[in-house]
Amino acid sequence: MISGSAMVETESLKFQYHESSFHLSIPYFAVQAGEKVAVVGPSGSGKTTLLNLLAGILAPMEGSIKVGKTAVSDLNDAGRREFRIRNIGFVFQDFELLDYLSVLDNILHPYRITDALKLTGEVRQRAILLAEQMGVDSHIKKHPKELSQGEKQRTAICRAMLPQPKLILADEATGNLDPENKTRILDLLFAAVDDHGTTLLAVTHDHELLRRFDRVIDFNHFQSDGPG
Amino acid sequence: MHSFYLAWKYIIYNRIKTAVLVACVTLIAFLPFALQLLLEESERQLTSRAVSTPLVIGAKGSALDLVMNTLYFGDEHPEAIRMEAVNRIWDSELALPIPVYTRFKARGFPIVGTTLDYFEFRRLEPASGRNMAVLGECVVGARVSADLNLKPGGSLVSSPESLFDLAGVYPLKMKVVGVLEKAHTSDDLAVFVDLKTAWVIQGLGHGHQDVTRLTDPSLVLKRSGSNVAATAKLYHYMEISDKNIGSFHFHGNTDGYPITAVIAVPADEKSGTILQGRYLSKNENQQILRPKVVIDGLLQNIFRIKNVLDAVVSVVALATIMAIVLVFALSLRLRQSEIQTIFKIGCSRLTIAKLLAAEIMIIVAASGFLCGFLLMVVNRFTNDLVRRLFIG
Repeated sequence: MISGSAMVETESLKFQYHESSFHLSIPYFAVQAGEKVAVVGPSGSGKTTLLNLLAGILAPMEGSIKVGKTAVSDLNDAGRREFRIRNIGFVFQDFELLDYLSVLDNILHPYRITDALKLTGEVRQRAILLAEQMGVDSHIKKHPKELSQGEKQRTAICRAMLPQPKLILADEATGNLDPENKTRILDLLFAAVDDHGTTLLAVTHDHELLRRFDRVIDFNHFQSDGPG
Repeated sequence: MHSFYLAWKYIIYNRIKTAVLVACVTLIAFLPFALQLLLEESERQLTSRAVSTPLVIGAKGSALDLVMNTLYFGDEHPEAIRMEAVNRIWDSELALPIPVYTRFKARGFPIVGTTLDYFEFRRLEPASGRNMAVLGECVVGARVSADLNLKPGGSLVSSPESLFDLAGVYPLKMKVVGVLEKAHTSDDLAVFVDLKTAWVIQGLGHGHQDVTRLTDPSLVLKRSGSNVAATAKLYHYMEISDKNIGSFHFHGNTDGYPITAVIAVPADEKSGTILQGRYLSKNENQQILRPKVVIDGLLQNIFRIKNVLDAVVSVVALATIMAIVLVFALSLRLRQSEIQTIFKIGCSRLTIAKLLAAEIMIIVAASGFLCGFLLMVVNRFTNDLVRRLFIG
């Protein structure tokens, strides 16, 4: 029952890690374009696994995954990789910035690791503009070790947003931040996705933030078992 | 090119680790090449001169010291022999004797007292000026000229052997009359004087005021007829000039004066063999040597040491390579999170491999560049290094 208007849509999705008792089974799951959706659930329920499946990092054992008009589950490794770098932005809990690159180089990093994206002057300008919007433009030459936690996450959001992805997958993006920074980062993330009409799917444990999302998906409703 | 950009950024950020790796790779590449370079040059320098010098006669003792001092003017001075050793060879009519006396130095360079036959024998021609002709003149090698900025018309003072030996060798100011063409041998590093000038430096010959015309009574110890005994206050000339050259004289028989060795150039192989036979007596206090035989023995020892060094370098290189592999392996483990991140963003494993390969290539290239530079430096100073290491 895959519809045409959803940004993310999965059907009869089944996944199990190799030589692991964990398995995930999601009969149907959909996120509309431009929607901001929070995914909650206990640890090990498969939230991160779902993000990895949607991004094409993992391949499902059964079922279909569609992001935009692309059937991700039908693509091979290289196809999923190229699709991911063009269409999906990742924001991680630990920021995952590279210590040896400056803030600007970290933001531009996706353009330097694949031929699918071309690093042009226009892209550089856009990176600087994004850094301004996120309030890290004054740190553009600094290295991550010189930044605060909040500044690191803002840099990571810039990196995720720069290729103008259709979908942002945020895995506990505010998990390592203090309350003040949590609110600020979420404000900036929401503003950025609103500006670009990007769809946001965010895994979170922070129930105080849930009211700000358009919708909340509780993983307790899906069948999963073991560490995920 | 992005792989190289990212690799470069990583290397610059981890500069200490990179410097250690570059130093290790440079060292294992540099050592065997430098060793080979030095040994080839030492073999070339030592052999070419030894081959061109048929026979050397000197005091009994270390054959190596005698050859190294006579051929390369090394610092180890063998016991001196008497000038009559030259006459003995003249008298034998078997060879041309060329005396060499290398006891003294001038500003760090050896002074070689010899005769004009030496220049003919070594095919040394003045590049500027002329050969020495009279007492007190010297001809300098190309390197001496360059290092001390000496040209014909300049002067050079011999070095006293000991500052505190007031009765010892006094400095003599020598007139530079010629600079030899570059020979790429020890001759480039020598100051050549006539044998008699060397004896003047030693004090065996000297020049002073005419004692028969002395008017200052404090200079005269005793007068008896035409004989005058002067006091120690009598002024001795420290430089030989046109005006005072006539006053220079030698006391005693010059046959008994010292020389270091005699280079004997036999008329033919047979004459050389006969000459060698004349120094075989048990009572003989001189030895005759074929420098090639002595140098071959030295080279054999050097190459034995080289084989040991090669083995040591191989073991060190193997250990270093294993350490480098370990460093890379540990580095990869430490960078797993980074690799996972860029993989999640969309980087292929091939690109990750390219990134790591780019880092290795930059390190190897930097090491190659550094190694090349060091080899150029070694090559530039090979002559000096060989002299310092093997000649002394």
